[in-house]
Amino acid sequence: MKEISCKLLVLGAGPGGYVCAIRAGQLGVDTVIVEKGKAGGTCLNVGCIPSKALIHAADEFHKLRVAASGKSPLGLSLNAPAIDLKRTVAWKDGIVGRLNGGVTGLLKKAGVKAVVGEARFVDGKTVDVETEIGLQRIRAEAVVIATGSAPVELPDLPFGGNVISSTEALALTQVPETLAVIGGGYIGLELGTAFAKLGSKVTVLEAMDRILPQYDADISRPVMKRLGELGIEVYTRTAAKRLAADRRGLLAEENGRPFEVPAERVLVTVGRRPVTEGWGLEEIDLDRSGRFIRIDDQCRTSMRGIYAIGDVTGEPMLAHRAMAQGEMVAEIVAGQKRSWDKRCIPAVCFTDPEIVSAGLSPEEARATGIEVKIGQFPFQANGRAMTTLAEDGFVRIVARADNHLVLGIHAVGHGVSELSATFALAIEMGARLEDIAGTIHAHPTQSEAFQEAAFKGMGHALHI
Amino acid sequence: MGEFILKMPDVGEGVAEAELVEWHVKPGDPVREDMVLAAVMTDKATVEIPSPVSGKVLWLGAEVGDTVAVKAPLVRIETAGEAGEPPPDSVPEALAEAVLEEPLAAAPAPAPQPKREEVLRPKPEQAAPKPAPTPREARDLSKKPLASPAVRLRAKDSGIDLRQVIGTGPAGRITHEDLDLFISRGAEPVPAQIGLVRKTAVEEIKITGLRRRIAEKMSLSTSRIPHITYVEEVDMTALEDLRATMNRDRKPEQPKLTVLPFLMRALIKTVAEQPGVNATFDDHAGIIHRHAAVHIGIATQTPAGLTVPVVRHAEARTIWDCAAELNRLAEAARTGTATRDELTGSTITISSLGALGGIASTPVINHPEVAIVGVNKMATRPVWDGTQFVPRKIMNLSSSFDHRVIDGWDAAVFVQRLKTLLETPALIFVEG
Repeated sequence: MKEISCKLLVLGAGPGGYVCAIRAGQLGVDTVIVEKGKAGGTCLNVGCIPSKALIHAADEFHKLRVAASGKSPLGLSLNAPAIDLKRTVAWKDGIVGRLNGGVTGLLKKAGVKAVVGEARFVDGKTVDVETEIGLQRIRAEAVVIATGSAPVELPDLPFGGNVISSTEALALTQVPETLAVIGGGYIGLELGTAFAKLGSKVTVLEAMDRILPQYDADISRPVMKRLGELGIEVYTRTAAKRLAADRRGLLAEENGRPFEVPAERVLVTVGRRPVTEGWGLEEIDLDRSGRFIRIDDQCRTSMRGIYAIGDVTGEPMLAHRAMAQGEMVAEIVAGQKRSWDKRCIPAVCFTDPEIVSAGLSPEEARATGIEVKIGQFPFQANGRAMTTLAEDGFVRIVARADNHLVLGIHAVGHGVSELSATFALAIEMGARLEDIAGTIHAHPTQSEAFQEAAFKGMGHALHI
Repeated sequence: MGEFILKMPDVGEGVAEAELVEWHVKPGDPVREDMVLAAVMTDKATVEIPSPVSGKVLWLGAEVGDTVAVKAPLVRIETAGEAGEPPPDSVPEALAEAVLEEPLAAAPAPAPQPKREEVLRPKPEQAAPKPAPTPREARDLSKKPLASPAVRLRAKDSGIDLRQVIGTGPAGRITHEDLDLFISRGAEPVPAQIGLVRKTAVEEIKITGLRRRIAEKMSLSTSRIPHITYVEEVDMTALEDLRATMNRDRKPEQPKLTVLPFLMRALIKTVAEQPGVNATFDDHAGIIHRHAAVHIGIATQTPAGLTVPVVRHAEARTIWDCAAELNRLAEAARTGTATRDELTGSTITISSLGALGGIASTPVINHPEVAIVGVNKMATRPVWDGTQFVPRKIMNLSSSFDHRVIDGWDAAVFVQRLKTLLETPALIFVEG
C-alpha cells in the first residue's frame, strides 16, 4: 500500500473543503484533499450553480411565452417559442464542467495534492483512500471533515424511476408534462417554479401549514402570489403517500381527505441530511449534535486535530457558510488565531421573486426582548423596479429602537439576491439606520429601497 | 439648588467592587456633564466614570487606592435643578448592546431599584438629551462586541479580547482608533508621571536561521512531551577536592577538568543501570529505542543561540577523553564549524549554565530523547552535620523526564543514583 504524510488532510472537495485546501495551500501548509466525485461538491455539480442555470433558462423561456401570448405590457410579440431542454442541460453542464476545471486548477495552483477516491478513517490521524490505482494510506496532523449532505429520501417514495431528487431534476432532458413537488421549502419552490415556467403543470405539497416556513408571512406572500399566477397548485397540511398504481400520479392526503395529483415525475425535496456514513466515522466516534457532527467556535470536533465544516456540521446548510468555515480552519491549522465571529450568514432563496435574509427577523429580535423599529419600503415606490416590471416585494430593516443598530435585513423582490452583499456588510460593520440613510445610493436602482427603508425606520421616508 | 449623588456604577458582570485608581476632580471643582470624574479598575478593565450632570463637586466618597462597593455613594454634586436620583426610565445607549440578549421581562423591574444600566449612566431630567452619547464603560463580557470584521481580525491577531475595549463609535462601535488606544496603554492605566513618557514603539524581529530552528525544536519538545522535572541537592565537596587534586597533578597534555566530565562519567554509570533513561521515544510509532551507546548532548550557548554538540560514545571515553572532546566540540560550536554529525544523534543531554545556573531550572527535553540533566550553580552553603554547621559546596541538579515513558519513581531513583555517585566520586571510577 502506498503511504503519504501531510500536515492537513481535507475530506471532500465541496465549497467548504476546496476553499479550506486552497487557503491552507496559500499559507504554505502541506495539504491533501480527497474527493470521490468531481471537485465542487453539491453546490457546483448538483446544487446552487446548475439550479441557477436552469432557473435562468426557465425565466428567459417564460418571458418569451408571455410575449407570445400577446400579454406583454412592453408591447413585445412573437410566435410560439420552443425550448430544447437537451441543449439547455448541455449548456448548464458546460458551465459546471468549466467550474470543475477551475476548482481543480485553483487547488493545483495553491500546491494542494488532490486524491480521487473514497476515503475511510483508520484512526484519527490516518485515512485510507480507495483509488483507481489501489489503496492509498494518508497520515495527517490535522483532518478536516467536509463530507457535506445528501437529499433525504421518503420511505414510501424511494428515489428511482419517476421519483427524483433535485440532482435528477437538474438533468432532465425533457420537460415533464406534470410534476408533483413534495416539500414547499426553498429547493422545491425554486425547481417547481422553473419547471412551471418551462411548461410543466406543477403541484406543490407541503406538510406544514404554509410554504417557506422559515420566513414570515409578509416575506412569503409575494412568492405565494406568483406561484398562483404561474398556475402552480399549492397544498399545505398535505401528506404525500405513494405513487398511484399507474405510476402517472401521486396519492396524497389533505386533512384526512385522500386525492390524487397528476405526476409524470415526483420531485422529493423534503430536506437534506448530513453525510456521516460510509467513511468510517464510527472508527473515530466523534460527538454528535443531533444528526450532525458537533463542533465548537473553531470548528473543532470532540477529537483533537479533527475539524468539521459545512453541511455535516448543521444548519444553515449553505455553501458560503462552509467556505467561511473552511477558510477559518485553514488559518487555524496554519497557526493563526481565529474563531467564528460572524454576525450573520445571509441566505438567498431564488424563488420568483427572490428572497434575501440577513440577521434577525422582527419576531426573532422581539423574542430576545429587544424593542425594535422596523423600516419597510415597497418596490412599488421604486423607479427602477417600475421600469423592469419588478414592483413586487419590499426591503425591510429591523433595528434596535434605542440606538438604531441594524439587527436584520430582509428583502423580497426581483433581483434582490445581489442586495445580499450590502445587507450582510451593513450587519458585519455594525451599521445603524443613520449609516445606511447617510450613504448615497445610486439612482435609479433597486438598492434605493434599502436606503428608503432606513429612512422609514427613522420615521421619515422620502418617497412614500 | 439640588444635590446629585453619583453611586459607584456596576462596571461589569459579576463585579461587586472596584478599585478607585484616579480622581479627575476635587471638592469645589465645577463639572460639566460627561466630564470624567474618576477612573476605577476591576480585574477586567479600567473604566472611566463620567459625570451625568453639570454642577459643583461637593464631596468625594473615596480616596485613590480604596476599594469601593458597587452602588456605594461616590461623588456628591451640587446641581442647578431639583434634587434626586436619576429617573428610572430611559435606557442609556451606552450599554444598550448589553441588553441585546437579555429579555426585558427578565430584567429586575421594581421601580425603586434603578436598573444597572441606569445607574451606569444616569440621565437626570435636566440633562439635555444627546443623540449618541459616547459610551465610556467596558461592555458586558458575555456579549458580542460591536466592531467591523477588520477590527475584529486585528484584535484577534493581537490577542485582544474586544469585550474589554471601550468603543467610541456610533452605538458603542469599536473603531481602529479605540483599538490603537487600548494597545498603546494596555488594559491598565498608566498614571502620567513627570519625566516619564509612554513608549508605544514595537520592534519587529523576524525569527530566522538558528533562532527559528530553536523555536521549532522547543515548541516540538514542549508540545509533545509532558515534562516532569525533579530537583535535588548534591554535596559536591568531595568531588571538588578530587577535581582540584586531579587538575593539580594532571599531565601537560591532559585538559583541565571541569565538573562536566565527572557528571558525564557518573551519567554513563547511572544509565547502565537504568537504560530506560538513555533512550529516544518515537511517539508516532509508539516505540522506545533504548541505546547501548551513550551519546551525550551538551547544551551550549553560542553567539547565534543554543546548540547541542554531541560527545559520541561517551561510554567508551575516559574522563580525560570526555573533557578533551567537550572542549573541542564547544570550540567548534562557538565558531560555527561543528558538523551536522557533531550536532545530532544524542541520546541524553546535559544542560549547564555554569555560574549563571541559578538554584533550579526546568530544562526542556531535547526531543526525541526522554531525559535531560540540568546543572545549577554551585555555592558554598552551611550544612548542619549533626553537631555544627559546616561549609559545604552544594549544587542542585534539575532534571526533566518524558513522563509518558518514565514514571516519577524511576526519575527519582535515577537522580538519587547520580547524587550518590557525585557525592562519593570514588564510586564513579570503580569498575564493575
